[in-house]
Amino acid sequence: MNAVVNEVTKEHLKADVTPFKVGDGVKVHTRVVEGGKERIQIFAGIVIALKGSGINRTFTVRRISYGEGVEKVFPVHSPLISQIEVDKESKTMRARMYYLRDLVGKKAMQVKEKRLAKGKH
Amino acid sequence: MNYTLLGKKLGMTQVYGSDNEVVPVTVLQAGPCPVLQVKTVESDGYNAIQIGFDSKKDKNASKAALGHAKKAGVAHAPRVIKEVRSPEAIDATPGDVLDVSKFEVGKKVDVIGNTKGKGFAGVMKRFNTKGGPASHGSMFHRRIGSIGLCQWPGHVFKNQKMPGHMGAKQRTIQNLEIVSIDAEKNLILVKGGIPGANGDTVMIRSSIKAKK
Repeated sequence: MNAVVNEVTKEHLKADVTPFKVGDGVKVHTRVVEGGKERIQIFAGIVIALKGSGINRTFTVRRISYGEGVEKVFPVHSPLISQIEVDKESKTMRARMYYLRDLVGKKAMQVKEKRLAKGKH
Repeated sequence: MNYTLLGKKLGMTQVYGSDNEVVPVTVLQAGPCPVLQVKTVESDGYNAIQIGFDSKKDKNASKAALGHAKKAGVAHAPRVIKEVRSPEAIDATPGDVLDVSKFEVGKKVDVIGNTKGKGFAGVMKRFNTKGGPASHGSMFHRRIGSIGLCQWPGHVFKNQKMPGHMGAKQRTIQNLEIVSIDAEKNLILVKGGIPGANGDTVMIRSSIKAKK
């Protein structure tokens, strides 16, 4: 992309994005405005894909809700995302975890967890 | 006269708007455009200004182009020169420099540019006609089909959609909203896409149809 075009988006980028990877269990806090009031909505699940770069960077979160798979795509730098919490760190062998879509039951939300060094948790 | 500048399409990206929504934008370099000549009814039979954009190296410019620029007090010959007509007399003098300062965020502009050339294209690409089935021995895939009747009327009607050259034509996109302006870098961000490839020269003018 043109350097000048990139420069234009600089002011819209968030400086402090919580680092997370594909496979991590996350809680995404989004600001929802309803009837003039603002509240926080949380969408919790597994990050199954990270796409794009710069201001176009997005991540997909998948969860099983009432037995039905639900995926949401969030722009990383959206001002509507107030916080991203990382619950579980994982050890994955994939860049995109689309195979989870074909799994049912318990397996559908299972990702190899990272064994953290002692004292880190 | 509608305030007009020459510019360059730099590329597309997205920014966040006032409601935190994603706004698709085209980044344009607009001006600075020196006025090279002012034409009037008395001298030329019509009112217009001639504006330039970008500059050529002196060794690459013809003597005529250099002399024309020099006459207006411009140091180098512009790479692009365009004339903007106006029904009424224009208040400008050669040597003036037009820039983005007269545009305002939230106001509408028209962008004029040349579309990307697609070469010699068939009817499916050029006019979005249906075409035939791909398989089952149809033998009729992307062809044009019937182009008319028989002995009456005895000729093919005008404007019959046929294969031919597509693209590389001047097109105007009207009423694009200005999302932001960077006066220092001569940049304008307009909402939505415009014709042409990145790097192409475009004309940006204050909208002729938008209500003030």
